Amino acid sequence: MPELRYREALNAALREELRRDERVFLMGEDIGVFGGAFKVTEGLLDEFGERRVRDTPISENTIVGVGVGAAIAGLRPVVELMTINFALLAFDQIVNHAAHIHYMFAGQATVPLVVRMPQGAGHQLGPTHSHCFEALFLHVPGLLVATPATAADAKGLLKSAIRDENPVIFIEHESLYGVRGDVPDGEETLVRFGHARVAREGSDVTVVGVSRMALTAERAAAKLADEHGVDAEVIDPRTLRPLDLDTILASVAKTNRCVIVEEGWPHGGVGANISSLISEQAFDDLDAPVRRVSGADVPMPYSKPLEDIAYPHEPQVVAAVLDTLGLAAPGAEAAAVERGGR
Amino acid sequence: MTANVEPMAALPEPDVAREWLRTMTLIRRFEERAGEMYARAKVGGFLHLSIGEEATIVGSARALRERDYLISTYRSHGHALVRGTPPENVMAELFGRVDGCSGGRGGSMHMFDAARRFMGGYGIVGGNLPIAAGLALASDYDGTDDVTLCTFGDGASNQGTFGETLNLAALWKLPVVFIVTNNQFGMGTSLQRHSAVTDLQRKGESLGVPGMRCDGMDVLDTYAVLCEAVARVREERRPLLVEAVTYRFRGHSMADPEQYRSKDEVAQWRERDPIPAFAARLIDAGVIDDAERQRIDADAIARVDAAVAFAEASPFPAPESLYDDVYVLDPRSSGWYSVRTTDVAA
Repeated sequence: MPELRYREALNAALREELRRDERVFLMGEDIGVFGGAFKVTEGLLDEFGERRVRDTPISENTIVGVGVGAAIAGLRPVVELMTINFALLAFDQIVNHAAHIHYMFAGQATVPLVVRMPQGAGHQLGPTHSHCFEALFLHVPGLLVATPATAADAKGLLKSAIRDENPVIFIEHESLYGVRGDVPDGEETLVRFGHARVAREGSDVTVVGVSRMALTAERAAAKLADEHGVDAEVIDPRTLRPLDLDTILASVAKTNRCVIVEEGWPHGGVGANISSLISEQAFDDLDAPVRRVSGADVPMPYSKPLEDIAYPHEPQVVAAVLDTLGLAAPGAEAAAVERGGR
Repeated sequence: MTANVEPMAALPEPDVAREWLRTMTLIRRFEERAGEMYARAKVGGFLHLSIGEEATIVGSARALRERDYLISTYRSHGHALVRGTPPENVMAELFGRVDGCSGGRGGSMHMFDAARRFMGGYGIVGGNLPIAAGLALASDYDGTDDVTLCTFGDGASNQGTFGETLNLAALWKLPVVFIVTNNQFGMGTSLQRHSAVTDLQRKGESLGVPGMRCDGMDVLDTYAVLCEAVARVREERRPLLVEAVTYRFRGHSMADPEQYRSKDEVAQWRERDPIPAFAARLIDAGVIDDAERQRIDADAIARVDAAVAFAEASPFPAPESLYDDVYVLDPRSSGWYSVRTTDVAA
């Protein structure tokens, strides 16, 4: 099995799908001549030409809307937004149009559109360039939301997204582009939507990690096993819509405890959503309240020491797991959900 | 506010002229009846009528081939009708019934008829412009010579999508005729109060989109100018902007007390009502006589009566259909697409 970087896996997915289906084409800011702000589309202009790899002006709402129109007319556009922060400029086309057209026209039109974008903090880009917005897109009926954390999932999910008939918000992570991982060979090796990845099996506690936080959760689980004798099961949902709730519930039925780790904000977040679903569906399985570890409920600060504590790292996950098991975290305050302050 | 063209554009063939008058009359009578049905609470939500704009609708749409795309706004009943969507299905949509052209999901603002390449009414001002560019991109991509006609109001020319889409369409040489239906108001704000440039045909110049203008109260002039625009766009594969100068005789929606304009102004524009004007022209030219004009009107009223009866008889969508068509379900996927907190089987 070849080892690829996350960005190379995405590039391979795009290349294979462009070769497979003439209707697939790419649009985005600086994806052609420049090769993509994160080099995901490098080399594709050379192979496929300007008809199918299209540099766009900086006009996010219109780029997505052109994708919507082209998709209605039978093409399969893959739009790259340079980062998720700029998706806010395209929210009208994403929500009022891409997400709703199939429903509001009673199925007469479909919108097989993929909108790719990376999210994430950690590069000192401050409040406007560090967002994690899975929850905003998850909120909208009509959208599918994919959040690959590994190179294999990046490739396999992107290929599925391009072949799906629904609009897909495909959320990559800025910090993962250079991370290597084994990627299965084969142009028909797809990762299906709605199938979670059990990254580590365990019996004491279920840890659900979203996007990059799946990797943070895995590292925390290793530490929990090594230093605390705690056997954590780590689940990466991979897609938030559709959500493989069955795998999460089966794990909770086994472990009776759950911690959800996300990089975005806590209010109305992915963790809030999954926690609520677990409470509704599996209350009797729980021996402790479902715990959340999330990004801090603040705009992302620039200064490095502040930024570092404003999104989750392994120690917070370890502390939350120990807390939900009733074990004290030695030398550390449990990262309890603080009482709301002003 | 008059167009800079010959005052008397040539008449088309008699049968064509009759069809234009029939369709304009149908739109008028349909809209009047829709307003009545709204007052009787048969129609919910917003209702935006295009009374006064019939010449713009018919003159522009008739410049298209059947395969060309037409995409509209939240004021779109007339655009569905002009493309041949039966008035029964448009009225049923207003009534929220299953036989509505959007299955009762969209309502007045969201008509759609894919088979007739009427690519929708859209509720967000300016929201349809990028979609129009996408349709045109697909035509080019597929190597057809289809054209997209994208209609929107003077108010939409202030939206970001106007500048973004015109720039992109010019840059990528997309075959779109943008027609700005200048009915003098963005809701209740007059053109002079909402746009620094009131000569709307010029508003695309800096974006690389040349402009033209037609008298949107005159179906002949509208048709002549749009034919030229559509032919140029089809041939040259680059966008044009056409300003159709018109007026809506009724309020922005049914919930509009019209305190922003005088009765005199409305009366002056009503003197230029496009339907009597065109009928008089046809009578003068001997194409029809007054008896035929009256018959056309009576036929339109009868057709709208039938549309209302059809809509009344059409059932409301079943509660079990609430979650239909949110997604195209893929058998290869699994998991929860929706969280169903509403029990539709009850």
